[in-house]
Amino acid sequence: MAGKSTYKPSTGIERWFDERLPVIRVMHDQFVEFPTPRNLNYWWTFGGILMFCLFVQLVTGIVLAMHYAPNENLAFDSIEHIMRNVNWGWLMRYTHAVGGSMFFLAVYIHILRGLYYGSYKAPREILWILGVIIFMMMIATAFMGYSLPWGQMSFWAVTVITNLFGSFDALVPGLGTAIVEWVWGGFAVGNPTLNRLFSLHYLFPFMIVGVVLLHIWALHIPGNNNPTGIEIKAKKEALSFHPYYTVKDAFALSVFAILFAGFVFYAPNVLGHADNYVPADPLVTPAHIVPEWYFLPFYAILRAIPSKLFGVIAMFGSILVLVIVPWLDTSRVRSASYRPIYKWFFWSFVVTGIALGYLGAMPPEGWYLIFGRAFTLYYFAFFLIVMPLVGLIETPTKMPGSITEDVLERSKGAAPTAEGAAASGAPAAPEKR
Amino acid sequence: MRNLANRLLCLTIAAALAGLALSAPVKAAEEDTVIVDQSWSFTGPFGTFDRAQLQRGFKVYQEVCASCHAMHLVHYRNLGESGGPEFSEAAVKAIAASVEVEDGPDDEGEMFERPGRPADAFISPFKNAQEARAANNGTVPPDLSVIAKGREHGVNYLYSLLTGYVEAPADYGLSEGMFYNTAFPGHQIAMPNPLSADVIEYTDGTPPTVENYAKDVSAFMMWAAEPKLEKRHRIGFRVMVYLILLAGFLYVAKRRIWARIDH
Repeated sequence: MAGKSTYKPSTGIERWFDERLPVIRVMHDQFVEFPTPRNLNYWWTFGGILMFCLFVQLVTGIVLAMHYAPNENLAFDSIEHIMRNVNWGWLMRYTHAVGGSMFFLAVYIHILRGLYYGSYKAPREILWILGVIIFMMMIATAFMGYSLPWGQMSFWAVTVITNLFGSFDALVPGLGTAIVEWVWGGFAVGNPTLNRLFSLHYLFPFMIVGVVLLHIWALHIPGNNNPTGIEIKAKKEALSFHPYYTVKDAFALSVFAILFAGFVFYAPNVLGHADNYVPADPLVTPAHIVPEWYFLPFYAILRAIPSKLFGVIAMFGSILVLVIVPWLDTSRVRSASYRPIYKWFFWSFVVTGIALGYLGAMPPEGWYLIFGRAFTLYYFAFFLIVMPLVGLIETPTKMPGSITEDVLERSKGAAPTAEGAAASGAPAAPEKR
Repeated sequence: MRNLANRLLCLTIAAALAGLALSAPVKAAEEDTVIVDQSWSFTGPFGTFDRAQLQRGFKVYQEVCASCHAMHLVHYRNLGESGGPEFSEAAVKAIAASVEVEDGPDDEGEMFERPGRPADAFISPFKNAQEARAANNGTVPPDLSVIAKGREHGVNYLYSLLTGYVEAPADYGLSEGMFYNTAFPGHQIAMPNPLSADVIEYTDGTPPTVENYAKDVSAFMMWAAEPKLEKRHRIGFRVMVYLILLAGFLYVAKRRIWARIDH
């Protein structure tokens, strides 16, 4: 879909630029004229929403860093200083804290959309893997960011998670301990740890920006997948990105922003944990150490495995397995809409994710642990067994021959022929959808 | 069809978030603590603080809590700021002047005491954690600046704790110098019952009961933890109106632009 450039520099200054650094041409080709399948549904708006989330986190984060003190004796009070004495500091801080949750909500929807519609399948494997890398960097960034208030939950989350590397002692005696002390910068979680977490928390988002640009580049080579999973066959099956998808993305973003603002202004602390308003105390362990909600499924997987080392491997494996999804899925059909068996497994996977999230917040004992193990088993079985096997045995349902056919099937009162739909730019009869 | 997908999307997100909000706080191993939910003026999207209540609550804090608990993130000036107890400027100056603040070093390199000013933070009852521990039977009384956000159930917990002192059940092995409280996790608390009726004089006709003291001082703690709450609610309303209008306009724009083509 990269195709030939349709940009025509119309003014002298545009021609001057075009011969030297064709940024206007690139913007025009990639974000104005860019051919986009005409049948994208609202699940496709989360890419734009994620760009918005990243932007919000960067802006609020940079402002917060102007007032924050990454020191174990000052961090907690400096955040309260932001909340109390810095102009609009409370808004910056609550937006940043809620923004993390919104970012993960959007990315989970975005990933599940990709899984459902087979957006990882050839020729979009690199696009997908870049997405997994962004997701892993987001996890690291969010974890480090959560440590910065240096409240009880910050401190103990850092302690628990960094201690995971200690499990390597089971492989090579002393290796795990050496890694943990190297990560801490000392013999316990302390000031050097907080300092490096802050430094890296500031660095990672810019690395994410870089990978996001690659992600968009990799998207703009094959172009968007779409709900049918059928590639664009004719020019008329695509719309220019602007104004069709700019306006659709903008509308979806505005609805998302209502939800976002609802949390920021009316329930800014509901997604957090009360213990993080208690300053870090290495001598007092909280009754329950739990991560933020968006890490709970992975936390449940970690605790489902009786061995520490294998728990750590399973937790990292549960994310890394996404990398090989393009090769695990053997189906010839991309979209789960035409996959009667896989569809059920997919929705079971969604339920599994939610269930693991719930179990991650519960103590790992009794039935919680048994269900935690069962769902962990399904989590991996979905990728390692269901994806390869179902693709081989399943007969896809009847698919439309093309995007045009699909669009015409769906839209009532449309012209009877595909050609009718192609009257580009001409105002069509007012239609009721 | 698209309309339906649209609505489904919104519903799904709303449901997902409702689920998150419910599952996020850990309810695990919630013991037999008794939390009495009160109605507060500051809850809900239009909630504001009750000035008179905050002023009474400050009095309870000043006369009872402050003798053991620090509140070092709150400044005397905050007492006069909008959205809080809103004491008059003269009252704030008088309150600040009633305490001695250590300042310095002076030109001779000596620390000295001077009367407090509105710009000072609330003075702490103890010089350091060690002194606090020594004076309080081995326990450091927690700083109260953000206590209303730093406990599960927030202000309702504070109210329940302050009104939750009862005789320990006969079979409960209470340690020496500890007290029994129905709201405190584990029930054994180092803080003696701080409130009893008539110990603080109320001048506005509010009955001087333990319940009223507890409620007023809990509200004061909430303000101390969240001094920008009123501003947040006020601006939030404007933001929501703006965003809902924006979403409406964008929806119309989207419909009109997409009406040009079949889809």
